[in-house]
Amino acid sequence: MSDNQEQKLSDNERLKRESNFLRGTIAQDLQDDLTGGFTADNFQLIRFHGMYQQDDRDIRAERAKQKLEPLHNVMLRCRLPGGIITPKQWLAIDEFAEQHTLYGSIRLTTRQTFQFHGVLKPNIKPMHQMLNSIGLDSIATAGDVNRNVLCTSNPVESEVHQQAYEWAVKISEHLLPKTRAYAEIWMDEEKLETTDVEPILGSTYLPRKFKTTVVIPPQNDVDVHANDLNFVAIAEGGKLVGFNVLVGGGLAMTHGDKTTYPRKADDFGFIPLDKTLAVAEAVVSTQRDWGNRSNRKNAKTKYTLERVGVDTFKAEVEKRAEVTFAPSRAYEFTGRGDRFGWVEGVDGKHHLTLFIENGRILDYPGKPLKTGCAEIAKIHQGDFRLTANQNLIVAGVAAEHKAKIEEIAIQHGLIQPDVTAQRQNSMACVSLPTCPLAMAEAERYLPDAVTELEQIMAKHGMAEEHIIFRVTGCPNGCGRAMLAEVGLVGKGPGKYNLHLGGDRNGTRIPRMYRENIGEQEIMQELDALIGQWAKLRLADEGFGDFLIRNDVIKPVVNSAKDFYD
Amino acid sequence: MSSSNSQAHLPVSLLSDAQWSALHQAIAPLSGAQLTWVSGYLAGLAQAQQPLAAPAAQAVTSAKLTILYGSQTGNAKGVASEYKAMAEAAGLTVELLNMADYKSKRLKDETHLVIVVSTHGEGEAPDDAAELHEFLASKKAPKLPQLKYAVLGLGDSSYEFFCQTAKDFDQRLAALGASRLAERVDCDVDYDADVSSWTNRVTELLKEELASAGQGQVVAMPGVNLAVAQASHYSKKNPFAAELLAAQKITGRDSVKDIRHIEISLEDSGLQYQPGDALGVWFTNDPALVDELLGLLELNGDAEVSVGDERLPLRKALLEKFELTQSYPSFAKGYAELTHNAQLLQLSEDKGALRDYLASHQIVDIVKAYPGKVSEEQLASLLRAMTPRLYSIASSQSEVEDEVHLTVALVEYQKDGQLRQGGASGFLAGRVEEGQQVRIFVESNDNFKLPADTNTPVIMVGPGTGIAPFRAFMQEREAQEAQGNNWLFFGNPNFTQDFLYQVEWQRWVKEGLLNKISLAFSRDQADKIYVQHRLLEQGKEVFEWLQQGAHFYVCGDANHMAKDVHNALLTIISEHGGKTAEQAEEYLNDLRKSKRYQRDVY
Repeated sequence: MSDNQEQKLSDNERLKRESNFLRGTIAQDLQDDLTGGFTADNFQLIRFHGMYQQDDRDIRAERAKQKLEPLHNVMLRCRLPGGIITPKQWLAIDEFAEQHTLYGSIRLTTRQTFQFHGVLKPNIKPMHQMLNSIGLDSIATAGDVNRNVLCTSNPVESEVHQQAYEWAVKISEHLLPKTRAYAEIWMDEEKLETTDVEPILGSTYLPRKFKTTVVIPPQNDVDVHANDLNFVAIAEGGKLVGFNVLVGGGLAMTHGDKTTYPRKADDFGFIPLDKTLAVAEAVVSTQRDWGNRSNRKNAKTKYTLERVGVDTFKAEVEKRAEVTFAPSRAYEFTGRGDRFGWVEGVDGKHHLTLFIENGRILDYPGKPLKTGCAEIAKIHQGDFRLTANQNLIVAGVAAEHKAKIEEIAIQHGLIQPDVTAQRQNSMACVSLPTCPLAMAEAERYLPDAVTELEQIMAKHGMAEEHIIFRVTGCPNGCGRAMLAEVGLVGKGPGKYNLHLGGDRNGTRIPRMYRENIGEQEIMQELDALIGQWAKLRLADEGFGDFLIRNDVIKPVVNSAKDFYD
Repeated sequence: MSSSNSQAHLPVSLLSDAQWSALHQAIAPLSGAQLTWVSGYLAGLAQAQQPLAAPAAQAVTSAKLTILYGSQTGNAKGVASEYKAMAEAAGLTVELLNMADYKSKRLKDETHLVIVVSTHGEGEAPDDAAELHEFLASKKAPKLPQLKYAVLGLGDSSYEFFCQTAKDFDQRLAALGASRLAERVDCDVDYDADVSSWTNRVTELLKEELASAGQGQVVAMPGVNLAVAQASHYSKKNPFAAELLAAQKITGRDSVKDIRHIEISLEDSGLQYQPGDALGVWFTNDPALVDELLGLLELNGDAEVSVGDERLPLRKALLEKFELTQSYPSFAKGYAELTHNAQLLQLSEDKGALRDYLASHQIVDIVKAYPGKVSEEQLASLLRAMTPRLYSIASSQSEVEDEVHLTVALVEYQKDGQLRQGGASGFLAGRVEEGQQVRIFVESNDNFKLPADTNTPVIMVGPGTGIAPFRAFMQEREAQEAQGNNWLFFGNPNFTQDFLYQVEWQRWVKEGLLNKISLAFSRDQADKIYVQHRLLEQGKEVFEWLQQGAHFYVCGDANHMAKDVHNALLTIISEHGGKTAEQAEEYLNDLRKSKRYQRDVY
């Protein structure tokens, strides 16, 4: 640790320290009508308020020629612990997306929340006030903080889900920044004389982003190994009794930098419910104090664990939380996908899971998804649940309302008869044209890529089968390609690294099979391998498992050591 | 300079064979730019010798002729300057003055006066002329029985109050007892022919007059400043064929406007300009438009017609010689008469209605709406000569050296399913390609110049393409390392689409050259916000700047914006200066007189 501390702190540390608890000069920038963007530190600081400055990259070069600045706008990511939103809230965000965003869409994301894309500066403050008016906010959904807390979208075991969801909300609230910056800047709340205090996060917040989930086995829809901190719900007789705690997952890496790698979370053991917040706080504060603040590429919890050792980190958490981890309780993950269509919960309510390709809710020609969702929201008595797979659940529908809701869903293309299992198990991050990090297409490539994949599957007689297929536009991992059976990681325009060998339940990291290849080559490789899989697979054997068993690809066992072998 | 053709134009007979050969030898290795420089040098030498070497001047010169001009866009000034050279060549002693610089009490001492004045908008006098115009109508105006005068008006006959300012001057001088030397002539947009016959006539009359006045004093001719200032012989009638370097759209893809940034090379032309000047651009009409017109009238494009002194095939004449994209009353009227079209004749009677109609209909649209039959020759006789378009220059040579930049709004609209474009803007934005040639000339504008003292603050109001000269101003102020503060007011429909030269303004703000920028994007909120609203919002500070000696510039739309800004200024002056409406007017007039309130509006 001393080595790192002697190094110069990263510039983000300076800007957090100088930001006056995340205020910076954001308020002044809002008044600056010369640019649609934010300047200097504020560009980073708005992330702590749930926004990223972006621009339409499709027309960046065109606008440079036009002597216009890039089409700066912000993307807002709402804080929505567990992904639950009421119909009334939905109608408000539907209206805002329609009238005040460049893209007119509601984008459901892998963080189980929604994003507005393309909000111009004059609309930013009204947007936060609109959210506030419906009881929502976007505090700490980005930046070096604990971000939106995920919770398995499990409408079937409703009682357990309800308890788990309440914990997700409590954890989110507990770890939230306490600064009044958000209220002052966006809600015009009075500036108080008192100094802000951040008892958990500290005045310079965390070294890097931090992600938390509450997961209810056997579903692993939240992808625990993509997260820093996971609470695996352990229930007895329909009642939640505690959590197994998994620490140190994360998928981000940097092309060409072998000190970075995706990493699975380690199991610290079981804790009773009443220790949940203490453990959450202890993990966060240990990472706060021990995480690398000099090198942001080495700053996440996963690297801290590798550096100090899992046992040391765990012991520190036990000390800080005044708890001793019990041996983990048994649990099993059997799948990550959403259960589409209607299911009936134990409380007798009905839940309709809708497949939303790419999570992009928009009125497409002949497929007015956004209008459809709004129409449902107008009559729906229950709530909506956003899934970590970017889909939407119309939850808590009384039996007598099922028909009407289904009718609206069908009319608006929200239920389509011919969606294959392959399409349902495919996912992409947002990427181009809005994400500034994107290196290759993801969301805009996915539909066609899946169509090709479907044809390949059909050709080999596997049309009913599926492969967990994920495309992510850069190595930062929003599309969670590093937990897919087939993962594409954007490398350059039209070029991807092809990773193979993950498993269906998301417990094995796929290894790079081919580097920097084009779309056509990807499909040729997959065609050959799927052909072998079709012929030689064991009963119900997944594609990733098959490739490992047949030595097509060597499994990643301990990614810190063998990911680049 | 290689062909025998160019030699034929030289007055070789003035030189001996030996002189000619020596000259030819001396100039042969020179580049175009060097030749241009030498031509200016020799002209200067010739002038220095003139009092000795100009025997013709002695014969006729006697009393002095004063030429006054009132000009908004520079046309009247250009005509007046040309006339001055002509009168001097005829041996007259001439003083040329901008009306704004003329002390009205001198009037009672004048004997011979020529006035060249334009008219704007709804019969308004140009800024230059406003004060004198008003003075002549006031009770303070003296009787002028000693004065002989002639007035030349410039205007646009599609306006109701055509050449109204010239008419006013003519009538007011007559009412004060002055006598007309020649009848006033009101020139339309294509004024060359009318100007030339009027100036010839007036010069002849003046020669007689001034000789017979016999005051006997020979006054040395002052140097012809014009030729020295511009070491280039290119002019409106002799434009420079310049290379188009770039025609870049600078409004965003979702803009309701198509505005182009034009870059033109002045390399080897010797052309010089100052920030605030305008560039004249000649163009050719759209071949598709010409074909459509020929088709509608079922005319033969190869048939020869008269164009001035030339005979040209009709198609060529339509492409290069005639005005087709800006309509004019004479065409509507003449065409209606030739085709016996009662409806169009009726429309032609109502000047206001006709003007509105012409503003939105090109020549081809008139023919389409009122089909008729005319001959090739008749069509040629109905059409007005093409006039070049003037654009405020958007660059400073201290920054762009031998380039000139323009900011051109492409005029483009659908008319009955047919795409119509402005003549010059369509030419610059599409029909001429980068690398091809554009015929241009510089039209200087003394009424729109940065303060001589670089410490003087400036306020610039330039919405839309009115931004152009202020880009030039800022380039100039940057090169001057001017210490005076700068404040820009800019407006357009949308921030994301129409912020012309946005990145350049951002840089100037960042570097501290542009101290303030106030933006009005009219369509970015429910209520339309324009530059005048921003001015009023910042009224207190605007007035403070004025009190500190700021120059105030306005460029752009004359019909609405310039008036609204003018009224906003009056409000600001009276509110923040504690003045009555009358005092505010006076304050603003004083600004104008001292050249601290300058406008380039169109």
